[in-house]
Amino acid sequence: MTSVEQRTDPQGDTVDETPESSGARGRLTLLAVIVVLPAAVMAAAELAGLNSRAIFIDAFRTATGPSAAVYALVAIGLNMHFGYTGLLNFGQVGFMLVGAYGVAIAVSTFGLSIWVGLVLSIAMAVVLALLLGLPTLRLRADYLAITTIAAAEILRFVFRSSDARPITNGVFGLRGFADEFYRINPIPAGDYQFLFLTLNQRRVWQMVVAWALVALASVFMWALMRSPWGRVIKSIREDEDAARSLGKNVFSYKMQSLVIGGVIGAIGGAMFALTLQTVQPDTFLPQLTFYAYTVLILGGAARIMGPVVGSVIFWFIVAGFDSFLRRAAAVGVLPGEYFSTGSIGAVRFAFVGLGLMLLMIYRPQGLFGDRREMQLDVK
Amino acid sequence: MSNDAVSAAKAAGDGSSAAAAPDPLAQVAPEPGSAKPDPILVADDIRKSFGGLRAVDVEHLEVSRGLITGLIGPNGAGKTTFFNVMTGFDSPDRGRWSFDGHPLAGMPAHRVARRGMVRTFQLTKALGRMSVLENMMLAAVDQRGERFLSSLVPGLWRGQEEENRTRAEELLARFKLDRMRDEYAATLSGGQKKLLEMARALMAQPKMVMLDEPMAGVNPALTQSLLGHVKALRDDEGMTVLFVEHDMDVVMDISDWVVCMAEGRIIAEGSPQSIGTNKAVIDAYLGSEHDEPAAEDTA
Repeated sequence: MTSVEQRTDPQGDTVDETPESSGARGRLTLLAVIVVLPAAVMAAAELAGLNSRAIFIDAFRTATGPSAAVYALVAIGLNMHFGYTGLLNFGQVGFMLVGAYGVAIAVSTFGLSIWVGLVLSIAMAVVLALLLGLPTLRLRADYLAITTIAAAEILRFVFRSSDARPITNGVFGLRGFADEFYRINPIPAGDYQFLFLTLNQRRVWQMVVAWALVALASVFMWALMRSPWGRVIKSIREDEDAARSLGKNVFSYKMQSLVIGGVIGAIGGAMFALTLQTVQPDTFLPQLTFYAYTVLILGGAARIMGPVVGSVIFWFIVAGFDSFLRRAAAVGVLPGEYFSTGSIGAVRFAFVGLGLMLLMIYRPQGLFGDRREMQLDVK
Repeated sequence: MSNDAVSAAKAAGDGSSAAAAPDPLAQVAPEPGSAKPDPILVADDIRKSFGGLRAVDVEHLEVSRGLITGLIGPNGAGKTTFFNVMTGFDSPDRGRWSFDGHPLAGMPAHRVARRGMVRTFQLTKALGRMSVLENMMLAAVDQRGERFLSSLVPGLWRGQEEENRTRAEELLARFKLDRMRDEYAATLSGGQKKLLEMARALMAQPKMVMLDEPMAGVNPALTQSLLGHVKALRDDEGMTVLFVEHDMDVVMDISDWVVCMAEGRIIAEGSPQSIGTNKAVIDAYLGSEHDEPAAEDTA
């Protein structure tokens, strides 16, 4: 509520006197919601005679699993574009797609090693960033948004087309390209305990590699953004004409940002393919980009840890909710016509959408964002 | 608008009290396109149209090195468009211009700035969600840490960063912004943002600063301090200043030379004293059918 009052202040000069405390309070509130909400769901589940511990473990498994790490990577790339540079990239899924197919095509179609595949993934991401950026980065931000969302869809249609079948196997996709990834797994076969979970060596290997990549990408971002290079990037987000008037080559920096964020997204896509061990073009729908945005905004844009924490919380809530709905529908607690196994997938994302709306209204800066920063009347 | 003209007329009346120091422009003819002894910016045949409207149509202009030149004119005279063209923020339909001997036509804005011609904006462009100090540090030139690969190796840029920080803090102290160094720039008042923008332009070590309405929206007390800073640029640093301004008192106070534009053209040039009585200037501000300036004075 205070944020609304602050924004209507016509001066834009005065700022809440106690920003630190209000920021901390807001963060605590959001944390409380994040803790209380699942707890309430679990209590409801317990009352309804469901196994709340099993629901928690389902949520925890997904939140610590490789897919949460993949989304963290994709959102870290998006953080480079959107959070730091202010580039409205709505086609991050396109970078995921080339990353995933880079590995798959190199191994399945051409019989090369996954290392060559990774290089191909990165190379395709660089080419995609250049193709997207050259015509659009000189335009206003909203044009980049339209172009990127269209480009990602075009890529998907090209990869699924029958003409591309000799290389991408069209709509059927590719599989069997991840064997080498599991062959080089140094973890001895067996079951491993990780808190509440029992994991086999393949799952542990997926998690170790995926989260190590997340850590690497985060350190990389931290090193970049504390440097003078990062300062130029942020100045472009604030006002690119001001950056230009101080002698900064805005176009070049935007292009570097697009390439770096795209490559990180493509590495996420490659990891996605290696953990699923199959790629199909229709996996890479536009909503993946928006999940990544949800992750980023939930954690806090323009914060190093924002995408990482955002991804863990996002998948904890989505998977926990999914598990709750499935179990509740199975015992007939929820009306079957809305909560059949077929519609649960849609219902849970409807709730994700609702949650995102509430987040944007009550805490647009996310978990790590600075409330004071959001209130500033920048223009 | 008529207020400007009134103050122009008043200032013209006070003109006789202006400094009698040796004037490097004493020999320069007070006419549009006149040649100067040591021009740093020379523009020829600059045309820029927006649709059917000819926004800028400047045949010849020279701006003297090391002096303060005021650019005046009624709203819509093409002053800001001319600024935009000179600094590479807008491309003209035709024309050529050179800065410090180097032709600038077709050069992108960031390279113009690196050549030493740095501008500010009519609507202040403080980088809101960066601290005041970060705003300053950004402007430093030739930063090694701004290259992608070397940014990852702090050893390559730490020393330079410290030097820049020292210089930024000195400048902030000079502009009385040192107390605000760690605040977000968006929290500054309108006048402080103007100060920051000027300090930031200096951080880029320009040979010439182009100030687009530096006093607009600034209270009278702060105007005096800004005026002092602009004069100091010329007197202490030997910098060339070209500025757009509507407040005639300000123009008369600090300009060594005044250029007046109207409807895209340069209609008059001259010393501040002579420009206030120039018939073309008064016509431009009031329209050609107006009372005599004397009548304005008595009012």
